[in-house]
Amino acid sequence: MTGSQPPYLHPPYVATRTRSPRQPLVPLPPTPSEWTGPALAPPDAADLTRQLPGEPLGQRIVVAGRVVDEDGRPVPRALVEVWQANAAGRYRHDADQFDAPLDPSFLGAGRTLTDADGRYRFITVRPGAYPWRNHPNAWRPAHIHFSLFGPAFAARLVTQMYFEGDPLLAYDPIFNSIPDERARAALVAAFDWEGTEHFRALGYRFDIVLGGRDAPEWERES
Amino acid sequence: MGEGIVRLLATASQTAGPYFRIGFAWFYVDDLGGEGERVVVQGRVYDGERAPVPDACLELWRAEPPGFGRVPTDAAGVFRFATIVPGRVPGGGGRLQAPHVAVALFARGVLRRMATRMYFPGEAANADDPVLALVPPARRATLIARPVRAGVVEWNVVLQGEGETVFFELP
Repeated sequence: MTGSQPPYLHPPYVATRTRSPRQPLVPLPPTPSEWTGPALAPPDAADLTRQLPGEPLGQRIVVAGRVVDEDGRPVPRALVEVWQANAAGRYRHDADQFDAPLDPSFLGAGRTLTDADGRYRFITVRPGAYPWRNHPNAWRPAHIHFSLFGPAFAARLVTQMYFEGDPLLAYDPIFNSIPDERARAALVAAFDWEGTEHFRALGYRFDIVLGGRDAPEWERES
Repeated sequence: MGEGIVRLLATASQTAGPYFRIGFAWFYVDDLGGEGERVVVQGRVYDGERAPVPDACLELWRAEPPGFGRVPTDAAGVFRFATIVPGRVPGGGGRLQAPHVAVALFARGVLRRMATRMYFPGEAANADDPVLALVPPARRATLIARPVRAGVVEWNVVLQGEGETVFFELP
């Protein structure tokens, strides 16, 4: 697994310099404390283009995929939360100081549960790239934030989905904090012809593998 | 288990960034529920320069449903939640763990969820908790809340430096 996850300290991402632990992490044995988790089942909000009056501006897209564990088994009823900037690269958040316009028809937040086969599907607009203050002329590549609750709190994952062909990926310290090239590539959603909808939206595919599902010792003992 | 089977590469983590409220606020929960007397837990999150962290989110889990909480820090880095003192759950080797709450912390500048735990002050069981026993003795106090007054405890999270909170490695 070495290299598939980013380190806590990645100096090119400046905020990690003061927010990463210096002491070694303590290995945590599996117990029910972290190897169980909440079963959250909110009302579905999977169509981000239909949450406010009017149609949001931008390229409409379908983002769909499958959530599986490290053995490839589907993870059903996993809560998937997403949030993102609008098509102009602006978040609906008071801390976002970029002067790109807000879109009165776009909140940029969604959530859904995976089905019995681990599948999820969102309809949204392609988010814009935006500048940030990490270093001079820093731009985040277009991305959608993803948050996943699997069967265990230990498997809790927050990540970002990027878009195939985005030239900004090469310059992004957050994306490039992941040492393993395959692990980086797995965060880049591929254009998906099968997911494209006639006269409605382009399709992108983003599959997710949740870790932390080893057979817990406390179960074997009991 | 899994011998001879190629395991898939777990999806890489990325920071929640500064705007997680957009995705998380629909389910901010500051009471973990359960029957019984509430303990209010209050604290602050600090960075390596001892500055408060105003854009962190703590998720809390106690292995008894409902048992889940999610609270952001405010402009002063302060968070607050209420919980009952949970029961003791197995900790491996036939031992029970002391009452605690599992914590996942997300923030701008945090590339992977930071995993820690909060234990309750004055619990005799803290002395033989199998997870606390894995922590160097000088650092154990970072995982145990401090009594403030009846029904209120304080538990700060220091991301880096002097008094750094113990964070765990999850497989």
